[in-house]
Amino acid sequence: MSQRKGFYLLTLLVVLLPLLFPDNYFVTVVAVSAGLNAILAVSLNLLMGYAGQISLGHAAFFGMGAYTSAILTTKFAWNPWPAMVAGMILTGTIAFFMARPVLKLKGHYLAMATLGFGIIINIILVQAVGLTGGPDGLGEIPTLSFFGWQVDTDLRWYIVIGSCMLLVVWLALNLINSRSGRALRALHGSEVAAEMMGIDTTATKTGVFVMAALIASLAGSLFAHQQSFVSPDSCDFFFSIELVTMVVLGGMASTYGAVFGAIVLTFLPELLVVFEDFEVMIFGAILMSMMIFLPQGMFVGMQNLLQRLTHRRSALPGEDPNEPA
Amino acid sequence: MSIRKNITASMGALCLTLAAGLVQAGDTIKIGSFLAVTGPASFLGDPELKTLQMYVQEINAKGGVNGKQLELIHYDTSGKAKEAVNFTKRLVKKDRVDLIVGGSTSGTTMAAIPIVEKNRIPFISLAGSVKIIDPVKKWVFKVPHTDRMAAAKIFADMKKRGLTKLALISGDGGFGKSGRAQTMELAPTHGIKIVADESYGKKDTDMTAQLTKIRDTDAQAILNFGFGAGPAIVTKNVHHLGIKLPLYQSHGVASKKYIALAGVAAEGVRLPAAALLVADKLADGEKQKPVLISYKSAFEAKHGAVSTFGGHAYDGLMIAVEALKRAGSADKAKVRDEIEKTQGFIGTGGVFNITAKDHLGLGLDAFKMLEIKGGDWVVVE
Amino acid sequence: MWDQILQFLFTGVTVGATYALVALGFAIIYNASDVVNFAQGEFVMMGAMCAVFLYSGSGLPLPVALLLAVALTIVLGMSFQRFAIARARGASVVSTIIITIGASIFLRGVALLLWGKDILAMPHFSGETPIQLGRATLLPQNLWVMGGTGVMVLAVHYFFHHTTLGKAVIACSCNRTAAHLVGINVGLMMLIAYGLSAFLGAMAGVLVTPITFTSYDAGVMLGLKGFSAAILGGMGNPMGAVAGGLLLGLIESMAAGLISSGYKDAIGFVVLLLVLFLRPSGLFGKASAERV
Repeated sequence: MSQRKGFYLLTLLVVLLPLLFPDNYFVTVVAVSAGLNAILAVSLNLLMGYAGQISLGHAAFFGMGAYTSAILTTKFAWNPWPAMVAGMILTGTIAFFMARPVLKLKGHYLAMATLGFGIIINIILVQAVGLTGGPDGLGEIPTLSFFGWQVDTDLRWYIVIGSCMLLVVWLALNLINSRSGRALRALHGSEVAAEMMGIDTTATKTGVFVMAALIASLAGSLFAHQQSFVSPDSCDFFFSIELVTMVVLGGMASTYGAVFGAIVLTFLPELLVVFEDFEVMIFGAILMSMMIFLPQGMFVGMQNLLQRLTHRRSALPGEDPNEPA
Repeated sequence: MSIRKNITASMGALCLTLAAGLVQAGDTIKIGSFLAVTGPASFLGDPELKTLQMYVQEINAKGGVNGKQLELIHYDTSGKAKEAVNFTKRLVKKDRVDLIVGGSTSGTTMAAIPIVEKNRIPFISLAGSVKIIDPVKKWVFKVPHTDRMAAAKIFADMKKRGLTKLALISGDGGFGKSGRAQTMELAPTHGIKIVADESYGKKDTDMTAQLTKIRDTDAQAILNFGFGAGPAIVTKNVHHLGIKLPLYQSHGVASKKYIALAGVAAEGVRLPAAALLVADKLADGEKQKPVLISYKSAFEAKHGAVSTFGGHAYDGLMIAVEALKRAGSADKAKVRDEIEKTQGFIGTGGVFNITAKDHLGLGLDAFKMLEIKGGDWVVVE
Repeated sequence: MWDQILQFLFTGVTVGATYALVALGFAIIYNASDVVNFAQGEFVMMGAMCAVFLYSGSGLPLPVALLLAVALTIVLGMSFQRFAIARARGASVVSTIIITIGASIFLRGVALLLWGKDILAMPHFSGETPIQLGRATLLPQNLWVMGGTGVMVLAVHYFFHHTTLGKAVIACSCNRTAAHLVGINVGLMMLIAYGLSAFLGAMAGVLVTPITFTSYDAGVMLGLKGFSAAILGGMGNPMGAVAGGLLLGLIESMAAGLISSGYKDAIGFVVLLLVLFLRPSGLFGKASAERV
């Protein structure tokens, strides 16, 4: 599947869903969550899949965006748009200053540092009750409006978040195929080799880290306005882990894989609720078996399968891992 | 390869089963609920769900309400606000429920409020915070006593014992934080001075450090706002450190499980709680007694020791059922108006007199001050 | 003041000893198989829950219940290696992490089904009469935790450095192929490593539960803190992980007592981040050159 075809297909899917199933809970509510998660997973995938930097603290950037929007619009009566930009500026700045010391770390140490960062942010959100409302969260966040077009129904939110997701996917695809995208992938292969080729690895890594943080912050602001309520548990350490799981489950280094992983992991718990007490166990078992049987991720794994079925031997699975799906 | 095929096949089968399960039932009154059945607040959500299921079944066996059967649709939020938002939308949009009784924690309730207000669904919350009903929201009611009432009750008891200096230690969950805020706010008006303000994390296993600090202040009593394992550990740590100050707990520990966990350390601990815990010790003339005994024996016959949390679910459901009967239909606006007219309803939490200005309708007398003696609750008045 | 500090010290060392055992489990599996096992905390929970239920459910004497619980957890750890980790041979490091996260969710789900959601208590091994040292107090169970941890850490050290079996496990971690070539049964060594980790986890669980209680989701936070401790000390160095655990426990209790109890966990993580910025491989880890 070529990239462009994939993008058309995704766009078609986003447009057709509400037409085929109008006013369906799974489309206008769950799919909106899936869209937000997809935005986050795609941004995290830039960092993890392409630059090879594990982050277990991505939810913190999401939380910063969400809380900046929430606090500025409810406590200081800001208009949502400048609040959103303020959130991105704040998050981007923090990410920029964090990037240098954090990205010097490798592997599990990097994972730990990002995880620690995420937890610290979460503790601040819980403890600074005066500003953040503490564990009970902040409510009555106003909704967005585009020149008088109020985003006040679930369907309208579907349109807004669907478009944002497509935009982010499109951006990510273009970034990966640009010059800096190639630099990024070289980084994943081998940092030393990339440096030898004259790539400024520190600048590239910092760039993609800040980029991922900015997108996450945007998603956070959208989330705050869509839910009209934010609380620390929507951006805790478990959510960071969930995001990583989405990226890996879908298939690392594949933008569509990240989207796919986000969709699967958002819908799965919704479907599993009927199992009540068995839900947790079944979810864990599915997660484990997926990774055992499709270690490259569901999306990449299924694509390989498809390829083998259609081309019989002409293409070997995982022939070119750097080829973005 | 065959394994993969098997997975696909079983996934397909799963989807079919799900689709079958989602088929709508016939003409019923739908009561929606979202509760923290798992997760750190499961000790609230679990008895609440059991109570709802038990009584919906019982009401249906007796012919339902207004000639219709009740249908309970519930989801587990694990105490997470995000889940609460989505599940409330699911209840409203997909299941099209007639009213909602649920929201074990204040966080999940607050998260759901904008949705029920917008969609005009009567909502009876089972969570503690005073913020839920103050300011009054048209469609939102609640049945449990507020944390503000708990603090007031404790202060009154302290005054009686001539204690004025209080050391506060609270959990950093929603319940603890909100209780802490209410305590701090209310203390000056009751002439109580807060001399220490410590906190601990949800999953903390040792609060000795915080209590050692408290020991070296001039506090005359300790108050712990929190639920779950935290208060039991605090109680044990106080005991082991040899701190002799009177220890107050909140209504967050109003369950026999707390006494079982804390053991002898719980002796002498006081807490404000609903009369349900001491149902059999009440005088025979008390109005609440028959309701309390009937709920207690029904619950304990099936699920073990009763807690006040399950009692909230009983109150919420029954207030809703009464309102449905008076309204004569499941019309949402009518039901809401009737809930607001609830007068003299005797529940497990107290006698409810709901008005347009007070969407809870309980007075401070609904709380009893209890002390733990010999591993059981005793009323101190 | 000094009484206070002494009390914080006792608390810190007890909590730290638990972290240390969990961290040691992380380090052993990491060294043997390059896997960061996020289900380590669930081993602790499983050990504790099994013990509570064997003791109160079937009326076995406490020591027997504890031994059985630990043995069951070891079997669990080995089956996890055999049926999940070993099957995912070709998986990347991140994929294996997700497998262990899946396993931790799965185990939590199983515990939820088997034993419900209640918080459970276990009797102290030798009474609850506090030992007074000045104004500071210590429970006999605190001594059990500290002593038990000390013995196990020494035993693990001895095992890896002075027994052929232990050395064979280390050989696998250095170079799997070479170890195989000299006739070491790599599969068996992996089983031993996972069994040993599960053993340490379960021991931590049974030692500490009388003080802390347990529940089906008690493993999450312990796993997280144990991982942090292992990183703080240096993942590649088991004894470093132990030191990291003790240090983290001490930092938390000192921070709670002397600075702010609300921010004590945050302070712990800030210290951790600072250490990583200054020493990117942890306090006692060896800086390794990247393989090109």
